[in-house]
Amino acid sequence: MSISSVFDKAKVENRSVLVGCMPAGFPTVDDSIEQMIEMHRAGCDVIEVELPYSDPVMDGPVIQKASDIALANGVRTRDTLKIIDAVSSAGATVVLMTYWNPIEKYGVDAFARDLASAGATGLITPDLIPDEAQEWIAASDKHKIDRTFLVAPSSTAERIAMTVANCRGFVYATALMGVTGARTSVSSQAPELVTRIREADPDIAIGVGLGVGNGKQAAEVAAFADGVIVGSALIRCVLEAPDRATGLDRLRALSAELAEGVRSR
Amino acid sequence: MTAPALPSLPDLAGHFGRYGGRFVPEALVKALDELDAAYRSAKADPEFQARFQDLLLNYAGVPSLLYRATRLSEKLGAEILLKREDLNHTGAHKVRNVLGQALLAKRMGKPRVIAETGAGQHGVASATAAALLDLECVVYMGEMDTERQALNVARMRMLGATVIPVTNGSRTLKDALNEALRDWVTTVDNTHYLLGTAAGPHPFPELVRDFVGGIGVEARAQVLEMNGKLPDAVAACVGGGSNAIGIFHAFVPDEGVRLYGFEAGGDGVETGRHAASITGGSVGVLHGNRTYLLQDDDGQTIESHSISAGLDYPGVGPEHAWLHDTGRAVYEPVTDAEAMAAFTLLCRTEGIIPAIESAHALAGAAKIAPRLREELGRTPTIVVNLSGRGDKDVHTAGAYFGILDPVETVVPGENT
Repeated sequence: MSISSVFDKAKVENRSVLVGCMPAGFPTVDDSIEQMIEMHRAGCDVIEVELPYSDPVMDGPVIQKASDIALANGVRTRDTLKIIDAVSSAGATVVLMTYWNPIEKYGVDAFARDLASAGATGLITPDLIPDEAQEWIAASDKHKIDRTFLVAPSSTAERIAMTVANCRGFVYATALMGVTGARTSVSSQAPELVTRIREADPDIAIGVGLGVGNGKQAAEVAAFADGVIVGSALIRCVLEAPDRATGLDRLRALSAELAEGVRSR
Repeated sequence: MTAPALPSLPDLAGHFGRYGGRFVPEALVKALDELDAAYRSAKADPEFQARFQDLLLNYAGVPSLLYRATRLSEKLGAEILLKREDLNHTGAHKVRNVLGQALLAKRMGKPRVIAETGAGQHGVASATAAALLDLECVVYMGEMDTERQALNVARMRMLGATVIPVTNGSRTLKDALNEALRDWVTTVDNTHYLLGTAAGPHPFPELVRDFVGGIGVEARAQVLEMNGKLPDAVAACVGGGSNAIGIFHAFVPDEGVRLYGFEAGGDGVETGRHAASITGGSVGVLHGNRTYLLQDDDGQTIESHSISAGLDYPGVGPEHAWLHDTGRAVYEPVTDAEAMAAFTLLCRTEGIIPAIESAHALAGAAKIAPRLREELGRTPTIVVNLSGRGDKDVHTAGAYFGILDPVETVVPGENT
């Protein structure tokens, strides 16, 4: 299902979309596939695969650690494409999140082509702003990949309008000024940012990320956003579990709790 | 050589040809735009410029000398003129950049500055400027480097800065830079990121170049005064590349002056253990700009290796990438061994202990001297940027030459 259809369907059901994030190859390629499929089955509407990168400046300690583990275990860009293929074949809607250099190294057009054929519907680019994205915009148009750029509480009205105009599928609103990682409370800056995005474009789907870690927070964010993006809290289920079975249990339980959260706005 | 009007670069979006630009989270764009605007207004403000020049002259000891190194010249068969940035306050060219940026932070009303540091020199310089201008200062330093450079950690703390050891990734300079960026994303409202080299997202490569650009302006005037003509070549070491761009920039329009950047070749570029981003790397995006960097086939950053902590970085400033592609400057690697031989040579011929970084520039000058002599049919004149003094490297050099106990067993403070 395309991202737009996922958001449209959720709108009809009067709920938010749950986007669950997991690094590719963490802790191994096969384990990460299993985790993502479990997340999908337990209620994540969209699986956001993160391509592990050596210098993830937008990520907090949990995703850094998971990415380091994946890289230390030898995950390659081509493995990430394989993972996307497996997870989308299992019926999940998949988007990829990646820092820009791995794509530039792969070849921008070739990457868009292979991403599309692996079954991903979109790409989130945390360190690529539309100002530098001419090549990506051309390649993503050609291969029909949705583009998600980020907006932040610090973004000016002009930049929000420009960024949203370059997005397709959904825009990623970072709820606070900071890096990824669950927080004890939902940012007070998030509702205002969502309002400002709607002023620029009343129709674009808005996913809110950074800081959401449980069902209650998911419900709070679902009250004003079209999508709730959760990463670190899900990853921690696996990262901190004493054994694999426990990790998967926790992952399923949290996914289900979050799925309930986005439905109880 | 038909290079276009180089000094007008970068363009308004910070591009030097295909290099530079801004590859950053959107959250930082507003701060970078504000910095850009503040910098442009400061540049045009005579009062700001007067304050900057006053601090350089009366606090930092700038302009630094241009010294004719007679005994070294005899050894190398070239007239070697040393730009003595090692004599500046805090012992390196970096004081120029930190004073400029700290003044900018004040102008923007930001009470806090953060900095990344490898060996600690930029951290010490930042802490110095912060103390002078009454700013809070936090320095991120890889845990590995805090252990290797305990003395500089103590210096920063004495100056009132907070030093935060970075424990993730490779625990070196690139990870300190990542952590500083993460801090900045969170604190950008009240914090200026005092970036230590002419790299990173626009406008940093341009403003750092301009703050250190006095090195070349001074050297050019000094050599004209001394010799009545321009030199045949200018040589500098290149890590991130701030001292090199600082001395190159004023000479770029002088087509007869050859520009040489010497990268850290570590154990040799062919061994893979080096920090030579241009001669041993490829084009990509790292830390906010497109440039040459050390990366694997998947675009993951590869760790750099160099005996010189200040050159031990897997990227290089975007203007160097551009100068390389246009052919206006030539970049070559210098190995650890070659640098250390030049280090000794300067100690023994001139009584000057250089920073190991600067020893790379000296080793490079020794390499090009015979080539230039042959090409020109006379003794060439080479200006070498002696970017820093070697006090901080005494332990490393002492251990390297076996004239001191290994670094680990030296009590910090004994050899300062």
